[in-house]
Amino acid sequence: MNLKIDIHQQSDKEIWVTVAGEIDAYTAPKLREELFPFAEEGNTIIVQLKNVSYLDSTGLGVFVSLFKQVNKNEGELKLTDLSDRLKRLFEITGLSNIMNISGTPEDGGR
Amino acid sequence: MKQVMDYIEMKIPAKPDYLSVIRLTLSGIASRMGYTFEVIEDLKIAVSEACTNAIQHAYSEDEVGEVIIGFGIYEDKLELMVADSGKSFDFIQTKNELGPYTESSTVDQLTEGGLGLYLIESLMDEVRVLDHTGGVMVFMVKHLSGERENHDKAISNRETN
Repeated sequence: MNLKIDIHQQSDKEIWVTVAGEIDAYTAPKLREELFPFAEEGNTIIVQLKNVSYLDSTGLGVFVSLFKQVNKNEGELKLTDLSDRLKRLFEITGLSNIMNISGTPEDGGR
Repeated sequence: MKQVMDYIEMKIPAKPDYLSVIRLTLSGIASRMGYTFEVIEDLKIAVSEACTNAIQHAYSEDEVGEVIIGFGIYEDKLELMVADSGKSFDFIQTKNELGPYTESSTVDQLTEGGLGLYLIESLMDEVRVLDHTGGVMVFMVKHLSGERENHDKAISNRETN
């Protein structure tokens, strides 16, 4: 399965990204390539992961490095609409304590 | 100790292009054995992580090697073996240097790589790393315990179909 990345720039400083599909070592470079240009000064990047059916450490690695880059530039990274499975991965790795993540609105995860 | 019932082996070029194929195969085998959806998702991550390690390792040798994935199917467990054909790397030492991030981790301390081995350890019941000729083999076990009922149900469903 492929990875689908849709980017909507709402304003100068706010970028909404919808990601769908599988994030593994094959698709992660594409995700990195698409997202990194937005990690500029003061930008807020909101990544919706609702339809991400698979994620492993390579995907986590992309989000960690994006998070670092955004932080360095005094911006913000938010990961939203995580399924319980995805949330669990962020919890196991301890990333949920550090990064701004939230579940799907239906299960009151916000 | 119960004997292996069936053994399936796949060999792929050491390229990330084929990771999803391995996950699909694993998913088919594990669901046939009666694992729950949740466990199958964990297994997919573990086997993908092991393959990704093997692939990255093979890549550093500047030539595309092969990765061999073995599925040992037992009545009550699944054994997964992932072997690379490259030179061995110190898995144990690498593994010991890894762990979950903690709340006190600063942003600068976050590393982008290496979480894979930690995830394998977290998701599988047993993980062992063996040196074999010219490479490393990651050996993982997931038991079917507590899922007998589903398994039996799955079998009877198949029989009635």
